[in-house]
Amino acid sequence: MEFGLSQDQTLLQDSVNRFLTEQVPLDRVRKVTAGDVADSEVWQGLADLGIPGLLIPEDHGGVGLGSLDAAIVAESLGYHVTPVPFLTSAIMAPVALLRSGSRDDLLGALASGETRIGAAFGEAIGRRADAGFTVTNGKIKGKSIFALDGDADHYLVATEDRSLYLVAADDSKIERTNLATVDRTRSTCQLVYSGADAELISDDPAVFTEVLDTAWVMQAADTLGAAQSMCDQSVVYAKQREQFNRVIASFQAVKHMCADMASTIEPCRSFVWYAGHALDHVPDEKRLMACQVKAHVQEVGKQVSKTATEVHGGMGFTDLVGLHYWFKRIGANRQFLGAPEMLREEAARIQGFLAA
Amino acid sequence: MDLSFGSEYEDFRNEVRQFVEANKDKQPGGGAGSSDGISWQKKLIEHGYAARTIPKEYGGFGAEPDIIKSRIIAEEFGRVQMNTGLGGQGISMLTPVLLEVGTEEQKQQFVRPTIHGEMVWCQGYSEPGAGSDLASLTTRAELDGDEWVINGQKIWTSTAHLADWIFCLVRTEPDAPKHQGISFLLFKMDTPGIEIRPLVDMTMNANFNEVFFTDVRVPKDQIVGKRGEGWQVANAILGYERGSLAPPDAAQSRLNGLIDLMQRETINGERLMDNPHYRERLMQIQGRVLAMRFNDMRLLSSRINKDQDAGISGMIVKLLGTELRHELEGLAIDIMGEIGLSFHGNPYTRGGGSWQYQYMYFLGLIIGGGTNQIQRNIISERGLGMPREPKAVVKAQ
Repeated sequence: MEFGLSQDQTLLQDSVNRFLTEQVPLDRVRKVTAGDVADSEVWQGLADLGIPGLLIPEDHGGVGLGSLDAAIVAESLGYHVTPVPFLTSAIMAPVALLRSGSRDDLLGALASGETRIGAAFGEAIGRRADAGFTVTNGKIKGKSIFALDGDADHYLVATEDRSLYLVAADDSKIERTNLATVDRTRSTCQLVYSGADAELISDDPAVFTEVLDTAWVMQAADTLGAAQSMCDQSVVYAKQREQFNRVIASFQAVKHMCADMASTIEPCRSFVWYAGHALDHVPDEKRLMACQVKAHVQEVGKQVSKTATEVHGGMGFTDLVGLHYWFKRIGANRQFLGAPEMLREEAARIQGFLAA
Repeated sequence: MDLSFGSEYEDFRNEVRQFVEANKDKQPGGGAGSSDGISWQKKLIEHGYAARTIPKEYGGFGAEPDIIKSRIIAEEFGRVQMNTGLGGQGISMLTPVLLEVGTEEQKQQFVRPTIHGEMVWCQGYSEPGAGSDLASLTTRAELDGDEWVINGQKIWTSTAHLADWIFCLVRTEPDAPKHQGISFLLFKMDTPGIEIRPLVDMTMNANFNEVFFTDVRVPKDQIVGKRGEGWQVANAILGYERGSLAPPDAAQSRLNGLIDLMQRETINGERLMDNPHYRERLMQIQGRVLAMRFNDMRLLSSRINKDQDAGISGMIVKLLGTELRHELEGLAIDIMGEIGLSFHGNPYTRGGGSWQYQYMYFLGLIIGGGTNQIQRNIISERGLGMPREPKAVVKAQ
C-alpha cells in the first residue's frame, strides 16, 4: 500500500518546478500578461519537457502518462501562476480526441505544443441570455462567450445536448474577440459564428462528461498549487515584516491565520491525488471525486486567497507584490467550467439524493 | 499510488472476517468494568484483536507491529460496528508509556491487569490553574521518609469515580524550572485523603470530575521515569492522544447516518434531502469528510513507508477533525428544527439523542486534548517554523 507520489512523479514535479522557478518567475508572468511576451514562448519551453503531450500516447508523439501525473503538473502551474493553455490544449482537447477516437491526426501537433485547441464549454454548462448557438448540417451559427484560450488554432465547442464539435479559429465565418477577465494568466474570448464549419467530434455525452471530470480535477490541482504558494509567501513575509519591534510571525493572530491556511490546504493535496488516481483507476467513484474535489478545494482556495492577502497587510493589496495574480487565478478556477454550488448539486444527483 | 494491501494480507483479512462473522452476535453491550466487557476483552486478546502488539509476558498477544494488519482489523470490525474491546486512558495512554519507560516490576505489575480491564485508570494532569499551560501545575508531592505526601487539586479527570488507580503529574522540585520539576506518580484511588466531586458538563453528564488531594501518602517507588522527568513522560503520552480524538472513519460513519436521516425525515411531506439549502450544506460537509479520509490514507501510508513525507498531515487532524464533527452534528440539528432540540426522554428525539450529544461533546473536544488554539500554535511553530510568542511580562501584584 502506498498512498502518495511515485519516484517518477516526484521527479516530474521537481523538473517542472525547476523550469518554472528559473524561466517563468513573476516578472516574466507580468510580461506575458502585459502582452510584451507571447504565452506561446512559455508553452514551447514546457513542450521541451513534454508537458503538452502528457496525456497523449507515445505513438502519437506524446508522453503517455496518466491523470495523476497531469494533476501534479497542474499543481505546479498554479503554484507559479504560469500563463499557458494547459487546461485546454493538454487536458480537455486530448481527452476529447482520445476518448472519441476522432481527429487523431491533431494529437501530434498538440503534443509538440504547435497546435492549440481552446474550449467553448460555457453554453453546455450554463448558458447565459447573451449567448447560444445552433449547429445544423455541420454549420454553426450564434455565439459562445468566455471560450478558454484567446489564441487557439481550433476550438472544441460543446452543445447543450453534450455533443462536441471542432471549429477552426481562422474560419472566415468566425469572428473572435478577446474578453478581459481579472485573471490575465489565461485568456478567454468570444466567438461569433455565422455559418462556420463545425466538425462533429463526439455525440456521446460520456465523452463530454469525461472531459469535464478531468478538467475539474486539474482546476482543483491548479488552485491547490496557487493556494500553497500564497500560504508559503505569507509565512515568508510574516517572518520578515517587523512591527512593534517584533516580526509579525510572532503574533498569535498572524500565526493562527497561517495555521488555518496550511491546515486546510494539506488534506486538499491528498484529495487531489486520490481524485487524479480515480480518474484512471476507480471508474465508480471518479465523477463524485471530480465534483467534490473541485468544490472543496475551491472553498479552501477562496479562504486562503483572502487570508494570505490580509497577512501581507497593505502590501498584499498592491500590484508591487503581485499577490493578486494568485488571488485572481484561484477566482478564475472557481468560476470557469462550473462553480462549487453547481458541482455539489451534481455530486448529490449522482449519489441519488435528488427526488426522482 | 497503490491502494491495495497486497495478496499476502488477504488471508489475514479472511481470518479476521471469519472471527467477526462468528462472533458478531455474541458481543457484549456493557461498558468498562462490566464482567461481559472483561470476558470479551480476554477473547479479543487471545485472538490478537486487542492488545495485539503488547508482549505475551505482560498479558498481550505478542504480535510484531504491522500497521496494515491493525488497519484490516479496524476495517473488518468497523464494517459491522463490532465492539473493539475496552478503551480508556489506562489502555490507550498509560500502557504505551509503561512499556517504553516503566521498570520491569511496573510492567509486570500493571500492564496485564490494565489491558484485561481488571485495573481501571484515570489521568491526573489538568488543574484549575494549569490548562493549556499544563507545565505550570502546582499539585505538590514532598518526600517524607519512604512516602510521597501529595496535596493539591486536579480537574477534567474522566472516569475518576470508576478508576482503581490514577497516573498523575505532581510538582516534586519546586525550585526547578517549571518543565523540570514535575514527576509522574501512580497511586490507588482509595488511598486516604482523595476526594472526588463529579463535574457536570453541558451535555448534563458527569463525564469529568474534580479530584482533591489532602496529605495523600504514596510509596516512593510508585514513580514512572526519574524524579523531575515527568514532563517528558507526559508528553510521550499526549502524542498518543491527539490524532485519535477525531478519526475520519467515525466522521464518515456519522455522515452516512446524516444522509440516512435526511432521506427519511420529512417536513411538510417533503424529504429534508429535497431542500436545496440543506442538501448544499450536506455536500459541503461530505467534501470535507472526503478530504480528511484521504489525508488519513496518506498518514497511514507514511507510517508503512518510512521514507514517505507526510508534511503536516498528522498535526492537523485534531484541529480540522473536531471542527468538522461539530459542524456535521450541528447540521443534523439545524435541519430538524425544534425536533433537533429534543433531549433526554423526549419522545420525538432522533438517533437516541446522539446528534445533540455529539454536537456538544465535540465542542468539548475542540477545547479538550489541547485546545484548537494551542493546535494552531503547534502547527505554526513546528509545521511552519514561525517563532513562539515572546514571554509575557509577569503581571503586577
